[in-house]
Order: sequence, then structure tokens, then C-alpha cells
Amino acid sequence: MAAPLSPVEPAPASAPAERRPKSANQAVRIGAEPSTVARRLILGIIGGIFLIPVIAMIEFTFRNGLAGDYTTSHWTGLFTEDSARTYRGLYQAIENSLVLAAVTVAIVLVLLLPTMVLVHMQFPRLKRTLEFICIIPITVPAIVLVVGLAPVYSVVVQVLGGSTWTLAFAYGITVLPYAYRAIQGNLDAIPVKTLSEAASTLGAGWLTVLWTILLPNLRRGVLAASFISIAVVLGEFTIASLLNRRNLQTALLQVSQSDPWVAVIFALAALALAFILLLIIGRLGSATPSRRKS
Amino acid sequence: MTATFTMTGPTATHTPTAGATVQLSAVVKAFSGHTALNSIDLEVAPGELVALLGPSGCGKTTALRSISGLESIDSGRIVIDGVDVADTPTNKRDIGMVFQAYSLFPHMTVLENVEFGLKMRKVAAARRRERALETLDMVGLTKHRDRFAHQLSGGQQQRVALARALVTRPRVLLLDEPLSALDAKVRVQLREEIRRLQTELGITTVFVTHDQEEALAVADRVAVMRDGRIEQIGTPEELYATPANAFVADFVGLSNRMPAELVDGQVTLHGCSLNLLGDPMPDGPVIALVRPEDIALSADGIAGTVISSSFLGSLRRTRVRLFDDTVVAIQHEVERHPLPGEAVTVRLKGAPVSALPPKVKK
Repeated sequence: MAAPLSPVEPAPASAPAERRPKSANQAVRIGAEPSTVARRLILGIIGGIFLIPVIAMIEFTFRNGLAGDYTTSHWTGLFTEDSARTYRGLYQAIENSLVLAAVTVAIVLVLLLPTMVLVHMQFPRLKRTLEFICIIPITVPAIVLVVGLAPVYSVVVQVLGGSTWTLAFAYGITVLPYAYRAIQGNLDAIPVKTLSEAASTLGAGWLTVLWTILLPNLRRGVLAASFISIAVVLGEFTIASLLNRRNLQTALLQVSQSDPWVAVIFALAALALAFILLLIIGRLGSATPSRRKS
Repeated sequence: MTATFTMTGPTATHTPTAGATVQLSAVVKAFSGHTALNSIDLEVAPGELVALLGPSGCGKTTALRSISGLESIDSGRIVIDGVDVADTPTNKRDIGMVFQAYSLFPHMTVLENVEFGLKMRKVAAARRRERALETLDMVGLTKHRDRFAHQLSGGQQQRVALARALVTRPRVLLLDEPLSALDAKVRVQLREEIRRLQTELGITTVFVTHDQEEALAVADRVAVMRDGRIEQIGTPEELYATPANAFVADFVGLSNRMPAELVDGQVTLHGCSLNLLGDPMPDGPVIALVRPEDIALSADGIAGTVISSSFLGSLRRTRVRLFDDTVVAIQHEVERHPLPGEAVTVRLKGAPVSALPPKVKK
């Protein structure tokens, strides 16, 4: 029987010392840091720019018409038996938007992710081309996109019907730049080629490599791409409006014509959801793997 | 073909396995016009450790990756255990490989990493754990079983990678410069452990390195490669004592380059006539490659001045500028301690030498 190795060099106290690249937050700082006062001032101004409209929206939802006093009836009205009927169109639109978000995420995961992994591993020369293609949608205004998409959708409607979910094909394109960045950042951070090769020498086939080795290590990028796609889809108005589909944003506009308070309440809810999603993305980015087994 | 995986009984784990024979015949591989492997022939006997040694770009890693199937070959045959594996994908070749870059799966613990190969072979969970722990024990890392790669030092990560490659008892173990990212001390420790485990388990092993000391220290035989070809294959002693050509002589071990004359096939150097190693060369001026241990400090002989002298533990190496401005390194006993600037005389011991044509760059 083989004897244990000895001596074994001691493990590093916290992080391994040998040739580990510095993480971004260890980067050398250049120039003087702003003082605490300056930092708080900057944070206050920027926070104010974001918060004032939100506070104004919240304040607005409690206004009692033009009377100048406040009421909670706009909020409580949402929980009455009538509201389901009154805002049926809005609830339907929320459902549509959630379905759109799900299909868009599916497109990102089924099409974009495997393509990016394949290009990264097998065709690195195509990386620039893929990046260029994925960035294009951010440079094309939604209205221009719609002009191009309108004839495409006339065919889509013939083939797949006029359901709202088909809008996800267009959304799959509009979320490309964000999803690409999120996944690419993660791909660059792990040694994809070495890990895949190591797994295949141990007997793993291509699908096993993707599923058991790459996906768990791309978890953060994939989740970030999914959440940001959901946030983009929930906030999308132009394409849905111009292609005459009903989603959360178009429905909000419609409701706002008759009941501006409810429209603002739902807009606040959508904002809160997007905020939570972005917060989770931020958490994913900064978290370190700390899973320990007993 | 399917991977052969025959380890079944608990007692089989540490039984030396008869390694497979690995044969490369006329293997050619080119990358966009550059020939990485130029008709390589190599035969590795069962249980043997062969090191592929050469400068970067000589094709040694490509040769190893071809055996693993990570690189396809353009022509030739790669035969493992009598079966041509050219069309067998990597995951079916039943090999173990350790990479130069740290390659542990970051989302798995040490134990899960080691178990991975057994999981792919559908070994039952309990048996898998037992085998993985046994193999971790062999590399002395059982107590780190629940750690993740980022909690280990580089040397520990490579030990786990070695355990992960060995746990399936592969027919062939392929090591692609596994020590080059490590500190000098850890490197020496680990190479000795690799050799010990390889000998105990009897696994046929191909070890790629650019470090001649490493190759000479661990290998049964060393294949010196250049420009996609094997220049010479032999035991470390053979390569050192009888290099097939000047490239091998120059690459393996230290050599002094001294201007000389080739007369009737004999190297004439400072009045000494020395036998020529390797292929015959045309008469005329040559650069003789003389080992430091083949020159001695002596009471009389070739005059020179000491430049520096280094203590190397069991011996001392002194650099001397000879009267013709050639600088030579001389290996001698530690008791003699020449000082810089000291006038000395040296003599050749008369051992055969290799020679390069003049003005040929290495």
C-alpha cells in the first residue's frame, strides 16, 4: 500500500498564494480618493435623482383627486372583489409579460448560452464577430427595429398565430447585449477549455461536460443574464405598442388614461421587482463560493 | 471501443496494474501550415515512464494531447494495448491526465473532484467514496477532502489532480508539465511522489516537460524532441553520455562551447585529440561541446583567469576565462576554492565530445 506523501506543504491561511491573479477589487487605486463628505454628497445627489420620482409616484398614489388631501382608497381598491374585473386587462397584461420574460430567458439559455460556450471553446476566432452581433441591438432604436420586424411578424402570425408570447422572439434580440455581457464576463473568468478537457479525460461526454462542469461554474453569469432579461422585458413598451401587443407597459398606459393612480401603483410594483432582480444580480457578482459540506 | 475499467474488488486498489503499451507510428499533425508532429515514432512499454523533453514549440505537448485524443492527428497510428485509438474520443480512451494549469473543478470539493472519474464510470456511490478516499490517502490529502480548489495551494491542487487522474486506474497516465507552475521545492517533492506512485501502480506514463533535470530525474527513458521530431530516445544515462547529436548534447546537461578543429574525425582542442560523439562531420573548424566535469583544474595546461566560483553543495562550479577568451565552466571538488581574478591552468580529461558546425545557432 502506498504511504501518504510527506511532507505536505501547508495550506495557505486564507487564499492560495501561488500565481493567483488579483481580483478586480484588489486592483491598485489610482489618484486620490474623494473625502467622506464628497462621497456622501455624490451619493446623495445621485440617490436623489433616482428617489425623487419614486417618492413622487408613491405620494401621487395617496392623493385624493384634485382635492388636495390624501386617501388610501387607491391601494385598498385593488384588493376589493371588483378590482379583478375592473383591471382584468391589466392582470392579463402582467401574465403576458411574465410569459414573455420566461420565453425570452429560455431563448437566451437555449440559443445564446450554448453558442457562446461553443465559440469560446471551439471557434475562438469568431468571438469578436459574435460580440459584434450581440451588441448591435443596443445601437438600433426600438422604433427602427419595429420597422424591420413588422413584415417578419406578419409571417410569424401566419405560422404561430397572433399570441403575445411570439413577441419574445423580438425580445430575445433586444436582451442580447445585456445577456451576452453577463455570460461573457463569467466565461472569461473560468478556464473553460482546461476544465472541459480535464472532464473528458475522466470519461465525460460533451453533454455531461456542459451540464455538470460548465453550467455550475457559469451559474452567476447565467442567473445575471436571466434576471437582466426579465427586467428588460418587464420594462419594454415600444415594440409591444407598435406591434399592437398587450404587455405590462402598454396596459399601464391604457389604465393610466382612466385611472392614473392604479397605473402608478403597478408601475411602482414593476420597479420594485426590477430593483429586487438587480439587487440579486449584484449579490451574485460579489458572492464567493462558500459551500461547505460537513 | 469502450473504456476498460476492471477494478472491482476492494483489494485491487493498490495492486500494481500491468500498464498498457502505447505506440505512436509515423504520427503527423500540422496546425495551419506549421508541422507540430513530423512523423513521430514512439513506443512506451507497459509500466514505463517516458519523458518527452524539448524546448517550447517542439511538439511534445501536441504528442501528449494526441495520445489523449484532445488533438486529432493528420496521419499515422496511435495504438494503446494493441488497439488503434485514432477514432476513439478522449472520454473513451481510459486515460488519466494532469494538466499544467490547475484544472480542479472549482464547484466541487476535493473528494467530489476525485470521485468524478468513478462517477463517469458509474461506480456505486459507497464504493466510489471508498476508492476516492484511498487515492486521496496516497497523495496525503485526506484531511482536505472537504475543501475547494481555491482553498488549496498550487502543490496541493496538483496532488488532487494527480489523485483524480489515478483513481480510475487508467491504462495510461499523461502528465502535461504538471509541475511547471509550482515552487522549486514543491516541484522536486511532487516529481518524486509522481515517480513513486507510478512505479507502485505500474501505470504506463508519458511525462511532458521542458526541464531536463526533471526529465532525467524521473524517467525510465527520455525522448528529446525538436521541431516535431524525436532527436533521440534513451535512458537518461545514454542521453548524457552518448548524445546522438549536438542538439541533444547541448539540451541535456551543461556544455561548454569551445572552438576546435576536426581532423580525421577527431576533435582537436588545445592540443588534445578527442573522440567525436554522434554522427560523423566533415573536417574543419567546429564548436566542441565539453561537459564541465570533463575539464579539470590542474597544475599545468591551458592558462586562464577565474571569473567566479559557485558552491553547489557536493561540488563547486568555477567559470574560467581561457587565454583565447573562451569562457568555460569547470566542475570540481569543493575543497579547492579559486578566487575571482586568480590565475589558473586547466586541462581536458580526454572524454569524447559532441560538436556543432561553426556559426550554427542553437
